[in-house]
Amino acid sequence: MSLDLRIPMGLMFTFVGIILSVFGLRTNGDAALYAKSLGINANLWWGLVLLVFGFTMFLLGRRRQLQLAKEPPPAREEGEARRGH
Amino acid sequence: MLLYFVFVIGIGFALKRYMKTSKDFFQAGRALPAWICGLAFISANLGAQEVIGMGASGAKYGLETAHFYGIGAIPAMVFVGIFMMPFYYGSKARSVPEFLRLRFDEKTRGLNACSFAVMTVFSSGISMYAMARLIQALHVFDGLFYQLGWPQGGIFTFSIVLSAVIVLLYIFLGGLTSAIYNEVLQFFLIIAGFLPLVLLGLKNIGGWAGLKASVPVAYMHEWKGVLHSNTNPMGIEIIGIGMGLGFVLGSGYWCTDFLVIQTAMASKDMESARRVPLIAAVPKMLFPFLVILPGLLAIGLPTPHTSTVVTTESNGAIVHNISVVPKEVEDGRGLVPAKINPLTGQAMLDASGHPLLDYDMATPNMLLHYFPTGILGLGLTALLASFMSGMAGNVTAFNTVFTYDLYQSYIHKGASDRHYLAVGRWATVGGILLSIATAYAAINFNNIMDTLQLVFSFVNAPLFATFLLGMFSKRTTGHGAFSGLIAGTAAAMLHHGLTLPIEAHAGIHGGWITVIHHYPSDMAQNFWGAIFAFSTNFVVAVVVSLCTKPRPESELVGLVHSLTPKPSMAHLAWWKRPEALGIAVLLGAVALNIFFA
Repeated sequence: MSLDLRIPMGLMFTFVGIILSVFGLRTNGDAALYAKSLGINANLWWGLVLLVFGFTMFLLGRRRQLQLAKEPPPAREEGEARRGH
Repeated sequence: MLLYFVFVIGIGFALKRYMKTSKDFFQAGRALPAWICGLAFISANLGAQEVIGMGASGAKYGLETAHFYGIGAIPAMVFVGIFMMPFYYGSKARSVPEFLRLRFDEKTRGLNACSFAVMTVFSSGISMYAMARLIQALHVFDGLFYQLGWPQGGIFTFSIVLSAVIVLLYIFLGGLTSAIYNEVLQFFLIIAGFLPLVLLGLKNIGGWAGLKASVPVAYMHEWKGVLHSNTNPMGIEIIGIGMGLGFVLGSGYWCTDFLVIQTAMASKDMESARRVPLIAAVPKMLFPFLVILPGLLAIGLPTPHTSTVVTTESNGAIVHNISVVPKEVEDGRGLVPAKINPLTGQAMLDASGHPLLDYDMATPNMLLHYFPTGILGLGLTALLASFMSGMAGNVTAFNTVFTYDLYQSYIHKGASDRHYLAVGRWATVGGILLSIATAYAAINFNNIMDTLQLVFSFVNAPLFATFLLGMFSKRTTGHGAFSGLIAGTAAAMLHHGLTLPIEAHAGIHGGWITVIHHYPSDMAQNFWGAIFAFSTNFVVAVVVSLCTKPRPESELVGLVHSLTPKPSMAHLAWWKRPEALGIAVLLGAVALNIFFA
């Protein structure tokens, strides 16, 4: 399969991370909202973590994708004969 | 949440281009790398039963629940990776029932295909039910329905339909690959959603020591009091755990359930295939923290009560500040509410008149308690993701078994490959419709785990005996396997009909023939039922095999241990070999067990 999963997955987590971090930044002083999570701005911190994670995944996926694009296409194996079991 | 749905369906569309042959659709072209299959392997299993069910069991039984992992799953995963994968993958069978046909005969395969199809649809239905109930309880759609003027009671149905449609879409389009990719996505999402919960919860309750102080002693120890059924919360004893859980149920699931095996069989070569269950075992050892702890924390927290705080203001006014807590929350323990029948709105009682605790709500309530808006959306999406991955796994297993083992073998042989591809897609639709039907039947249990284990024990426990005999003894015959399977399943049903857990009413919990024995808990009943089923299958299969003619050895090459050349792993560095990984995994599991004994 030529679709490296890390690309869409990285993208998704990056977006989620951005959304959470931005929301966290905007509501930073809101004590009532964060009373639940013991006063910690969960949105901001976790958002940043996810952002980093997502971006890393995305980069890894892209690197691999570019690597694969440079190699010659693999020879068609005996998949033809195996059809129509 | 919308973002997630978009991506999930998007992956389905992206993969549609690759779905040219039925092999691509049902087996992901047999070309996926080991790490993807490994994570998907565990994620397929991380459905409703893991996330909610483990939280619920954690609340009900304490740390002993970790046995499901340590004894039930890890050894079995190591076993299947090292010993059974060569047969599954090497035989080029496209499904577990097909493997049975190669090894035994047609009728054994037919029996397994039918029972598996039923079971997997049941599992899918349970996932749907759980998700719908959750959406209902968390009031996710309440606002929307109110605005549109629809009755609130319709939320349950709406959720079921919504989840069905989404899963249907991405599997219809992308087949097994889509399911696998999405499962890996779901795996990370679940960690993203639950890790902060555990961290916050532990911090709130005062760390590990604080947790210990808030729950009954036995809850914090995995092994305490297991010698006798009275001294541990699960009501089982060491033989029950060892044999019932470890050997039979655990292996029955991990070694034969096509749901998981399908994912491993999609790997790109034999070495990868063998490593898949082992790779999966690593996160599996650490997951107890993510899913069981919320349950423990939920029970440990103080129970909210309706309380009145009276204050006198500076101007002399007396203020009564009443915080009302719904009856079901007050009747419960910690954050776990009492169980309410969704149709009548009344609390359900057990056989001794105490309100039944709705343990399934332990984890969701934890989410609501700790997460502010924003990250709450993430937590809820993670929960939904876990359900959908469970459903997706079941649906792909179902459509494969249906198309290859039932349709192709019995209804329409020798058609073109495109025809089967189409059938596979329609089987997906059919499977989902059936799941919806079974979703409504799951309302009677107060813990999803118990329901699933019951179903599994009927079908899986006897199955494992068949595979063991088939793979390791060339003397086992088709007749033996077939009769063994029937006898084992019958034994499971008989056992269920004759015994009853102490706190339950006769009926769906057992005892529908007559009650000759009481078990301390549902769980104990399940484990022992599994033991009976396995043993019966084993004995009957051996006896019948000895009386019937075995197949000639030439036909069994590659299917039986003694007749298969061992794949040579010499070219791999020693630490890359499956055996080494397996030993490392086992050592890790043992270490964890000792730490939490």
